[in-house]
This record gives sequence, C-alpha cells and structure tokens, in this order.
Amino acid sequence: MSTPQEAASAKDGSMIKQKEMIAGHFSALTRAKAEGKKVVYTFVPGNITELLLAFDVLPVYPEINALQSGMRKKSGAYIAEAERLGHSEDVCTYVKCDIGMLKSGNFGPTGEKLPEPDLLLLSYTGCFTFMKWFELLKREYDCPVAMMHVPYQGDGVFTPEMRDYVVAQLRTEVVPALEALTGKKLDEAKLSEALARSRVAEDDLVAVLESAKRRPSPIDAYFGGVYYIGPIFTSFRGTEAAVDYYRTLRAEVDERVRLGLGPLTPDGAITHEKYRLVIEGPPNWTNFQEFWKMFSSEGAVVVASSYTKVGGVYDNGFRHDPERPLETLAEYCAGCYTNLNLPTRIDMLSRYVREYEADGLLINSVKSCNSFSAGQLLILREVEARTGVPGGFIETDLVDPRYFSAANIKNRIESYLQMIEQKRRNASTRAHAATPTVAPPRPAKKLEVLR
Amino acid sequence: MTNEAESGGAAPSAVDEVVARAEALYHDVELSSVQRWRDAHGGAKAVGYMPIYVPRELIHAAGMLPVGLMGGRGQVEIIRGDAWFQSYICQIPRSTIELALTGRYALLDGFLFPSICDVIRNLSGMWKVLFPEKYVRYLDVPQNYDPDVGGRFFGSELRSLYADLCALSGEAPSDERLRASIALYNDNRRSIGRLMELRATEPWSVPAWEVYLALYAGNLLPVEEHTALVDAYIAAARAASRPRRDNARVVLSGAFCEQPPLELIRTLELAGCYVVADDMALGRRWPEGDIEVTGDPIAAIAEAFITRSPATAARYEPHGDRGAPLVQLVRKSHAEGVVLAAPSFCDPALLEQPILQDSLDKERLPWTAFKYSENLGQFQVIREQAGTFADSIKLWSEA
Repeated sequence: MSTPQEAASAKDGSMIKQKEMIAGHFSALTRAKAEGKKVVYTFVPGNITELLLAFDVLPVYPEINALQSGMRKKSGAYIAEAERLGHSEDVCTYVKCDIGMLKSGNFGPTGEKLPEPDLLLLSYTGCFTFMKWFELLKREYDCPVAMMHVPYQGDGVFTPEMRDYVVAQLRTEVVPALEALTGKKLDEAKLSEALARSRVAEDDLVAVLESAKRRPSPIDAYFGGVYYIGPIFTSFRGTEAAVDYYRTLRAEVDERVRLGLGPLTPDGAITHEKYRLVIEGPPNWTNFQEFWKMFSSEGAVVVASSYTKVGGVYDNGFRHDPERPLETLAEYCAGCYTNLNLPTRIDMLSRYVREYEADGLLINSVKSCNSFSAGQLLILREVEARTGVPGGFIETDLVDPRYFSAANIKNRIESYLQMIEQKRRNASTRAHAATPTVAPPRPAKKLEVLR
Repeated sequence: MTNEAESGGAAPSAVDEVVARAEALYHDVELSSVQRWRDAHGGAKAVGYMPIYVPRELIHAAGMLPVGLMGGRGQVEIIRGDAWFQSYICQIPRSTIELALTGRYALLDGFLFPSICDVIRNLSGMWKVLFPEKYVRYLDVPQNYDPDVGGRFFGSELRSLYADLCALSGEAPSDERLRASIALYNDNRRSIGRLMELRATEPWSVPAWEVYLALYAGNLLPVEEHTALVDAYIAAARAASRPRRDNARVVLSGAFCEQPPLELIRTLELAGCYVVADDMALGRRWPEGDIEVTGDPIAAIAEAFITRSPATAARYEPHGDRGAPLVQLVRKSHAEGVVLAAPSFCDPALLEQPILQDSLDKERLPWTAFKYSENLGQFQVIREQAGTFADSIKLWSEA
C-alpha cells in the first residue's frame, strides 16, 4: 500500500470531477420543480440518456439511489420499512430500498428531497424486476409511464426484427411521451450531437478498462470500476462533462501505466499485484469498502468484471452511432450485459480470463438479482472447464446488510486465493519435475463451490 | 383417488374414471404417455415448453406433440438440481433440470422457454449449454400491446419459431395446417371455458383438485384427446350431483408458473374454500376466446395474444391499475375472498403482491397470503390459515 499522503493526493483529478458532476446533478434535481424542469425516473441498463438530454429533462435512477443508500448505511432501515408494508423478504432489495426511501420522505444521496417524477420511463432491458418496480411506483405517483420493451438476446443475436420493434417503440411510445411532457418536438440534431459525445467517452472508457491487461494492472476493474462507469451509465453519457471526465481519467490511468503503479484503493495504491481475478456479478454496497479491502489486502486485483458492462458493453466494439440515432439506442439497450444469454456471458468471461491473464473467476452471487444470479453455477463450471483457472463462489446481496456475513466471506475469499496459490505451486512443481515435450491437457474441473 | 370422504357420498364411477386417468398423467414424471404417442405416430417428435404461455398451435401444426413441462410437482427427489441453483431461487428450475439430467426429458426433441421471469429466461441459456443436441429457444413475448408494434414483432417471432419447428419435424410450413391446429385448440379452449363456468357457478360439482387435474392433463395429451377428457369430466361431474357445502368462494392467485402440490389444492377445499377461479396452468386458457381461423394464421395468433391475453404478473399492464384485473375476476366469479398463493422466491408473483393486496383492501375484499413450493410436504399450517380465512369470510365478511 502507498502512504496516506499518496492516497489523499490520488483523490484529485477524475474523482473530484465526478463528485462535482454528481453533486451538480442532484442540485439540479433539487431545483427542478422551481425551475420548471421535468424529471424522468428510469433505469441504468438500457437507459436512453441521450434522448433525455435532447429533451432537456433530468433523469433519476432508482437503482443508483438504492446503492447510495446502501453505501450510506441507510438501506437496512428502508428495506425493513418496505417489508413492514408487505413487500416479501424474497424479492429484490433495490426495489424495497427504493420503496422504503420513498415512504421515508424520498431523501436522496445528498440528503435533499428528490423531486417526484413527471414520467416513469420503463426501459425494460435485461431485468424482469424493472417492470414490477415501476408498476409499484406507478401507484405512488400521479404521472404517466412510457414502456420500452427490449427483447432478450435468447439466441445470442439482436435480429433486425428486434431492432425494428425497439425503434418502433421509441417512435410511438417514448418520443411522444417526452414530447407531451416537454411540449417540444424531438431535435434529432441535438440527439445526434449527444450520441457523438457518447462515442468519444466510450472510447476512453474502453481504454481505461483494457489498461488492466497490463502487469501490474493500473486499475481495479470491479471495485474501482464501479466509479469509472458511474458517469457513463447514468445521467452524463452524451454530455461534455462526461467527455471531459473520461479524458481526464484516461490520462490519469495512462500516467499510472507509465509509472508502473497498481490500482488505487481507499487505503492507497496496491504495490504488489499478487492475484489477478475476473469477477462476475454486482458488488455488495452495504459493506463496499470492507469487501474491497478483503481483496486489496491480499494483493488481489480485479482485472475484468461483468458488472462494469451492465449499463453497456463497449469492449466488444459497440459505439453509439450519431448517424443512426434511434437504431443505435436500440442496439445499445439490447447489448447490455444482463440482456445477453448465458452462452454469450460464458464466452465473454472466458475471453476475459484469457485476455486479461487472470488467475481465476470469482462469482459474487447476489440474492437480489436473479437476472445475474440464475445460472451462475453453470457459468462457473463452464469457464473453469474452458480456461483451466479455478472458480470461486461467494454470496452477498446488493443493499440488504443482513446478507453480508463479513467473517464468512473473508474466509471464503482467503480459501479461494489459497487454492490459486496451491495451483501455482503444483504447476511449478510439475514444470520442474519433468520436461514433457507437450504439456498434458488440463482436465475439466469439477464444480468447486466454496460454501 | 376419489373425493368420497370429503364430498359426503360415493362419487360416481364416471367421474372416478376420468379423474383417475388425469391423475395418472399428473404422476407420469417419466413421460411414458409421450413415449406411447411417439410410438403410435411412427416416432414423431415432441417439444416441451415451460409456463406460462406458448402457442401450442405452432408445434402441433409442425406435426409434433406439444408437452407442457411444469416442474417436478413434488414427485422428484432433487439431487443434481440443487447443485445448479442458489438457495434463494425458486423450485421449478431445480426440478426441471433434475428431470432433464436424469433422462426423463430425453424423448423430447425441443424445448421452448417463454418469457416469464429472469430465472426461466436464464434457464433457456443453461439448456443451450447443457443440452446442445436439442432445439432450444427462448420465446420473447411483447410487452407492447400496439398491434402495429408489439403485434408485428410477435408475428415475426412466431414466423421464425414456426420455421424452426418445421425444420425440426421435417414438415413443410403450411397455413392450412396451422388453421386446422388453431381450430382444434379453439375447441379445447371452449371446453375448458365451459369447465371454468361450471366451476364458478357450481364449485361443489367440480372440486378444485379435480379441475386442476383435468387442466394438467392437457400438458401431455394430444389436443383432441384432452378436449374429449374435459368434456367427459364436465358431463360426469354434472351427473354426479355432489352435495353443496357452505364453503367460502375464493379466487386463488399467484400460482401461474411453479404449481402448488395437488395436496395443497385439496387442503384449501378441506379447509372450507371453494376455488371458483385461479391462475394455475394458465397457459391452457390463453388467449381468452377463439383465435381467428381465416386469413393469415400467424397474424391471428399474434393478434389474439396482443388483444386477449389474460392479465398475469408476467405481463405488463399498460393501462390502469395492476390490481384491477384481479378485482374484476373476483367480481366476475362472485368470489368472497382471495387466496394469494405464490411460490417462494417467485419474483413476478411476490413483487406485485403489495399492489394486489392494496387493490383488494380498497375494495374491502378479504384476502390471505402464503408461500409454497412445489415440493411442500406439510399442509397443516395452510389448512389452519385457509380454514380461519374461510370462517372469517362466513362470519364477518361484507363482500
């Protein structure tokens, strides 16, 4: 780890910029009603922020509010309030956290009251729960709902018919709803300009994420990655501020590469990269820093993650195309990670293990999110079999503190890292014991679930 | 199995006969009836499908047997299935995987996974990995109900699916055959509709568990045989003159995917509830009413889906209140209360339960709620809860 001074100075630059952007957005939300601005609640996966920018409305992301509540240790009380009101203990805690926050005054991450929505924009991408979530919110607010159903890539492709369906919904449902809300016609030139800015920021984000292919990795692509995706997955994609943020971030990461530095953590930089991991699944938010430290204190760096693709997969080459504004929005929505079928997810994670030279795949399975979690044990087995690296499995939740058992999780992570270490030793012993002309093939591993 | 003890008299043998046949199908976890059908049809193929809804007409018109897969129904010991799913995921994917990994689905040539929730959706991907030799398709259904938008999309999905199914069976696509299949399924839905009407007007004549078995049989039987079975059951039940009891009339809601154990359904009636409407095996009753048998048959199926799908949790409610259809069902079926029975960890059913409860409260309609799983083995608590609920309706309800 670096010194506290280094850690403190590392908060300059992109981090400060992002903090200012978020503060500015919530400040704008607080003033929205007074200034006559319209507010649209919508979701991160499959968000169509550029279109919202074209109409000059302000987005609110309930998932972001929930995860912020988790990080601020408020989610437990909000979830309890929702369960007291009849919401099942079995269902998504993002939903319950949001309902609980709403019933507790709807005070957002900055402590200021969030404005009520003028429109619920239900972009139904990759997660069934979104639909039920807004059906619940619909009863709480006197505002219209615009539904945009994005078909799942069940066969691993987004067909022209699927794209036409989403574009038709944009034309007949979403754009008319925004036009009715704002009294303005869609300005396609303004939309295209925003999409062009998205493209620039997306290039820089991919460069940042792919910097983790280096040794040592200059970033942590999971715990650090959730900060890097913040602006582009939410209110800022398509803005000049996002372009500036990602340009700054990329320059900082390039500098870390030049200096041969490891990733920044809240406790300073990791100076000795001991393990390189790929992580599948969302993080836990209630104990985020404690969770991160379980890895960083062991020298474990996450070099690639699926969660940083939940609001858009860009490292496969996709970029928003300003020449085809509605079509490109449809393709973006369809390509979000949880809208991809399991074989595609397995391919992607296997590719990450190989291209990022990872020592293992660790799955953080969250109770709340069946979209991610159903099938993860198969993913684990398949990636192990294809890549030969060991898989590990831990269970937490998004924002329900009752499902974060620190000692248990730490024990599992340490056991998993020991398993990687053991494999290395075995491989080293074999290499010294014999000099076969052809290495024996790795046997397909049995399912190894750390429970 | 008969209902003599509960009905207060000897059940006529005609009813016994039909119910016994249906119950044998319910217990047929080996799909031996499907094997018999294949043998009798020169090895013709069979395609399995998950709840809630797939257009079975397409499978039938392609010359194959549609086979409804509704989990293990508590009759399968889950050994391998639990290795694939975390503790917080519902039961039906576990038993479905178990049945497949133990070879009980080996005689099925294809599998359809319709859009219902993220678990069943992801199960389709698991199937692609685990059973690469089988035809596997996730069937996305539109959540947009504009015929020119969602209808057009669904039509394109159905055309593609029908082409796949014909390729699987070796049959040439044929609008004529599709129209003939639609007509057969229209007959089937009409018969089921008559059974639902009888159940709503004379629930004492058709116990809920028998009705369920009659519906369940449609998962396995060829459509014409199933229609005949339902008709035979209606006739036999009408003739049976079963005694009327002072039970509470209830709607059972939430059981559209993972099915409650048969014993649970029986328990509700033993506890004093007549189930006058429910959403079990809902796919048998989907869409509501006939599908047009002239013109473009694929367009007709898409149109029926867009305009006449029943309200259920997996379907977005574009207009009004999500709780309104349940209230309407209560009114239409003259129910006195609602039993909200949802499978544990069922996102669609459980997420919307507060909405349904609120809607029922606003209408001053009594309800009770519990969770189950398909392999539930203890029913005493549910019997007490349902019994108390029925008593409270009878004693104090304003409905």
